[in-house]
Amino acid sequence: MMMEISKKRRAINVVMLSLSGICTVLVVGVLFFILGYLLIHGARSLNWDFFTKLPKPAGETGGGMANAIVGSAKVLLIAMSIGVPLGFLAGVYLAEYSGRTFAFILRYTVDLLNGVPSIVIGIVAYAVVVRPMKHFSALAGGVALGIMMIPIAVRTTEEFLRAVPNAMREGAMALGATKAQTVFTVVVPAAVSGLTSGMMLNLARVAGETAPLLFTALGNMFWAKGWLAPIATLPVMIYNYAIAPDEDLHQQAWAAGFVLLSLILLVNITARMIIARGPASSRR
Amino acid sequence: MASSTTIAEKIHTRSRHNFLDRLRGGDEIAYFITLVAAAAILLIVALIVGELWLRSQPTIKTIGWHFLTGTEWDPNAGKFGALPFIFGTCVTSFLALLIAVPLGVAASIFLAEMAPPKLSNILTFLIELLAAVPSVIYGLIGIFILVPFVRAVVAPMLSHTLGFLPFFQGDFYGLSFLSAGLVLSVMVVPFIISVSREVLLAVPVEQREAALALGATKWETTWQIVLPTAATGIIGSVFLALARALGETMAVTMVIGNTPKIAASLFSPGYSIAAVIANEFAEASGDLYISSLIFLGLVLFGLTIVINGGARLLVLATTSRRGA
Repeated sequence: MMMEISKKRRAINVVMLSLSGICTVLVVGVLFFILGYLLIHGARSLNWDFFTKLPKPAGETGGGMANAIVGSAKVLLIAMSIGVPLGFLAGVYLAEYSGRTFAFILRYTVDLLNGVPSIVIGIVAYAVVVRPMKHFSALAGGVALGIMMIPIAVRTTEEFLRAVPNAMREGAMALGATKAQTVFTVVVPAAVSGLTSGMMLNLARVAGETAPLLFTALGNMFWAKGWLAPIATLPVMIYNYAIAPDEDLHQQAWAAGFVLLSLILLVNITARMIIARGPASSRR
Repeated sequence: MASSTTIAEKIHTRSRHNFLDRLRGGDEIAYFITLVAAAAILLIVALIVGELWLRSQPTIKTIGWHFLTGTEWDPNAGKFGALPFIFGTCVTSFLALLIAVPLGVAASIFLAEMAPPKLSNILTFLIELLAAVPSVIYGLIGIFILVPFVRAVVAPMLSHTLGFLPFFQGDFYGLSFLSAGLVLSVMVVPFIISVSREVLLAVPVEQREAALALGATKWETTWQIVLPTAATGIIGSVFLALARALGETMAVTMVIGNTPKIAASLFSPGYSIAAVIANEFAEASGDLYISSLIFLGLVLFGLTIVINGGARLLVLATTSRRGA
């Protein structure tokens, strides 16, 4: 009798534990399937024209997405120059200066901002930038993505600064450095590799954002004239080409997807490796 | 009495002196700059709320809260009813959770309780990469791989076996609630796994050891001891995933069919809040039309804020016990 129960329990144990293993394999399998499919299908559709030529007008085959690649870079540059400094400084405030209550409010707000759907941020960028200026622009797209970068920028900065040993702060202060000197010449440099990787991850995250760009940066079949004109970006091009009823455009969408995902994953893997090896993580 | 005032004055002048010194040294300025940045972020969030509220006023004033219960959406005829979109958003998100929660929790149990730490770390790394894939890529995969697959395999199978249920009736053309739910489930699984794993790992080892020492099997320990302890945090992770699913735009827009329709069948094409904003915002003309779309954005914002806010508190409540 005892043996029976124990056998049954053991059987349940094995079955349930293997089930959980199978679920893990399934999830990881999906990742490899996506990567593999994009790699094969996207790489096949990719050619040199993709990087050097402008999109062809509807009906003609060939052409590339040179303008969208540059466009994405420009929009991301604006986003970075908004999101990174703001997020970094607020992160410094949280890690080095703030009191309890305000820190809690700020942290909670930042978390909430992180959870706001990207399309809603797009609406706000539209209302604040596009509407007063009366046209879609790279700037508006950059503002939308810049706001989206803030939460992660704040949290990574805070996390990596907190990982710097207190002894370093005390050492600097004991040598007569002011608080600001301590923070900006000792603590921040000590965390710089983690900070850079964190910001890279942050940039990679918004690089694939499409929704907030649909009605801020809009899109453009030609080279954008300056920062205040509508501009093409890779994610929006992928979307437009994927839903277009044209096989040739679908191929280009795959190629663009391949390029975008490769860049994002490359940044992700490098940055995560730097973080994993960095001195900051050894303390945790 | 007299002496105490002089001391107070002394301290006061010294601190003022100190302040001026530090100001000259850049110390107070540095502090002030970081404070301004922190305040600016709060301002930006206030601006988001304010803009959404202000710009949706025309709709709130003319249509009022009937907007949320109206079933007809025909901007040309001036009819704005948001219920089909709210319905679509809820159905697809619910479907996504139905698939993703068991899968995600099971995988996180494997990663936290069973896998050797090295393997667990590698797998978690891969799963977190899955979270880094942009939604437009999921949409791409959804349109060209998932939809044909569902049309050829999943839908016939479902209507064959469960066809008597109202959820799996009618013709299936590919773009549907079902496809959107499936794509969403793949997208939210990584969030459930990475948060749930953290929460499970935060359960003290002693609890597991005690259960095992009493003769429980590994599974019994996990099911009866570890999971109940971590339940709040896991529910938190589910709500985080829900908020993500509600606000997800591109992948849903690409596979849901974009037809404002309320139907019991998951095979039917539908529409979601985020999808209608993505599709119609750039071309919307007329104050009422634009403000209706912005009002939809406000609804979405409110929903995700409430869910996220709650979820954060739940996760916070469980992971902060780690130290205790």
